Amino acid sequence: MKKIVLAAALVLLLGGLIALPLTQVQDNITNLVILVFLYVMLSSSWNILGGFTGQTNLGHAAFFGLGALATRLLWLEGKWPIIPSIMVGVGAAVALALLIGLPAFRLRGVYFAIGTLAMGQILNVTVGNVLPEISAIPPKDLATYALLPRYYVFLALAVVTVVAAYVLANSRLGLGMMAVREGEDAAESLGVSALQHKLLALIISASLAGLAGGAFAFYHVGYYPSFPFGPTWTFDSVMVAYLGGTGTVIGPVIGSIFYVVVKELLALRLADYHLIIFGALFVLVVLFMPGGLVEAWSKIRKVLTHGGAPTPPPQPAKREAGPLAKERSELSE
Amino acid sequence: MLLQLLPQSIVFGILVGALYGLAAVGLSLVFGVTKFLNVAHGELLMLGGYATFWLFQLLKFDPFLSLPLSILFLLVIGVVLYQLVFVRMVKLPEEAKVKNTMLVGFGLSLILQNIALRLWTADDRGVTTAYSRIAYTVLDTRFPLIRVVSLVISLVALLALHQFLKRTYAGKAIRATVEDWEAASLMGIDVHRIYLLSFLIGAALAGVAGSLVSVGYSIAPGMGLEWTLKSLIVMVLGGLGSFVGTFVGGIVLGLTESLAGLAISGSYREVVGLALFILVLIFRPQGLFGAKER
Repeated sequence: MKKIVLAAALVLLLGGLIALPLTQVQDNITNLVILVFLYVMLSSSWNILGGFTGQTNLGHAAFFGLGALATRLLWLEGKWPIIPSIMVGVGAAVALALLIGLPAFRLRGVYFAIGTLAMGQILNVTVGNVLPEISAIPPKDLATYALLPRYYVFLALAVVTVVAAYVLANSRLGLGMMAVREGEDAAESLGVSALQHKLLALIISASLAGLAGGAFAFYHVGYYPSFPFGPTWTFDSVMVAYLGGTGTVIGPVIGSIFYVVVKELLALRLADYHLIIFGALFVLVVLFMPGGLVEAWSKIRKVLTHGGAPTPPPQPAKREAGPLAKERSELSE
Repeated sequence: MLLQLLPQSIVFGILVGALYGLAAVGLSLVFGVTKFLNVAHGELLMLGGYATFWLFQLLKFDPFLSLPLSILFLLVIGVVLYQLVFVRMVKLPEEAKVKNTMLVGFGLSLILQNIALRLWTADDRGVTTAYSRIAYTVLDTRFPLIRVVSLVISLVALLALHQFLKRTYAGKAIRATVEDWEAASLMGIDVHRIYLLSFLIGAALAGVAGSLVSVGYSIAPGMGLEWTLKSLIVMVLGGLGSFVGTFVGGIVLGLTESLAGLAISGSYREVVGLALFILVLIFRPQGLFGAKER
């Protein structure tokens, strides 16, 4: 029963999202929803490696940027249709994942994080040096620029990303990834290859980030080619995933909606301070609520269903205090 | 032409490398003792730089003589950050501690960077004193006075740290904590105070490095990430646990960048340093000068 309700709600939501731009809604609302889709793709894809598999990737922008770069070059310079261009962009991101995957996973834990951070910066600086010119949609094409196809591309790709994360989370492969997160040695001892699972997680994560990059290249009118390689995109992905709840499918989606909506609300009054506020929120989440909004919600629900009173912990059955028990308690002191 | 520029590049490389070393020694000390990977280290540098800049700009304080004030400022910031944020992660198991302090550090760097941006705008700033343009020329190679003085100050700071760790009770307690914090705490060392002390020394060193950067180079609110990365690179190059190794690692990075700038192009100096870093991470994770893992 619960499942049917959930499925109906999802269908309704999807129908609403499909119909949204057809109603006479303002362009800036459409743009905001597109931004939500972009963050959903970025944070969900980061979450597959960072949340499910427990490997903190601080070079996520490299895959996003490479997807955007390849797509943009083929689509604008090569006059390719957009869909094959995006596919090549995904291929480029996967190629980078394969290239750095093996050496990167020789690095454990923190070294992986700072290694990927360095890789992201290498690509960021290099692309900025090689392609210093702004990449803009030519004026004659700009006349026919329409928001509607962009919106649907973003919607479709965001749905693909979330569905991929959902299928993965409930698959044997996904469970293996989570086992690697919980304890690499323990997972290995049960026959789960840590390296193989980490590599696959990186490849899936990178391909979805490349997909997001392709959509970005299709959407944006003019930007510097190094812009999507900027570290901000990595930090945004990490922050949004944590705000929503890492390691869950729904967390990055909630985080993205929260991030875009709150940022927009802050823009009315405190535009200059939104990064300070989100930085502080992020710190608070990591310190006090590592499960993000998803954890907060489940806590609130628990309080509501138990009427606010915490359930008393089960009392251990009292045993007869025999001489042996006394001796034991003395020993343990 | 290239050969003529070579000695000059080497000199500039060493001069900037000393600052990399100084910044990295602070990060490395904090990481070695507390296992906090404070990626907001570059932002602490930035704050030190602004302290010196404003003391000079508003009160006409000499940037070198005002170093104690810059250190004091960073000590205050350090106490606030530690007591407000980092103290909550002291008891985590090591792996979680490294990861969480890193994430929190990113949040903090976002906060500090944007506060600086609001307060002081995005402009590049630098301290220009009456003696800023003085340079000595030896064998056709220029030695700018301020950068040479900065090198000397870095060496003095390093020497002072070395003596502190070697000779004083607190210094020995720090080294004991690095070796084995559990044993240290059983021997009556207050590990929490040692953590705080190390964090403050790290902040102070970042402050000194930042002040020197504001004199010899330039500072901006967004400089943090670059300096954090450089400190991380140098920390890994030098190998953990050896401060002399870390400082030499700084010089190696400075030289590499400078020579890469000469051989390829100035805009790739950062890339070459980062690539060197990744290679070392993969092939010699114990650092260039670190001992092989037992």
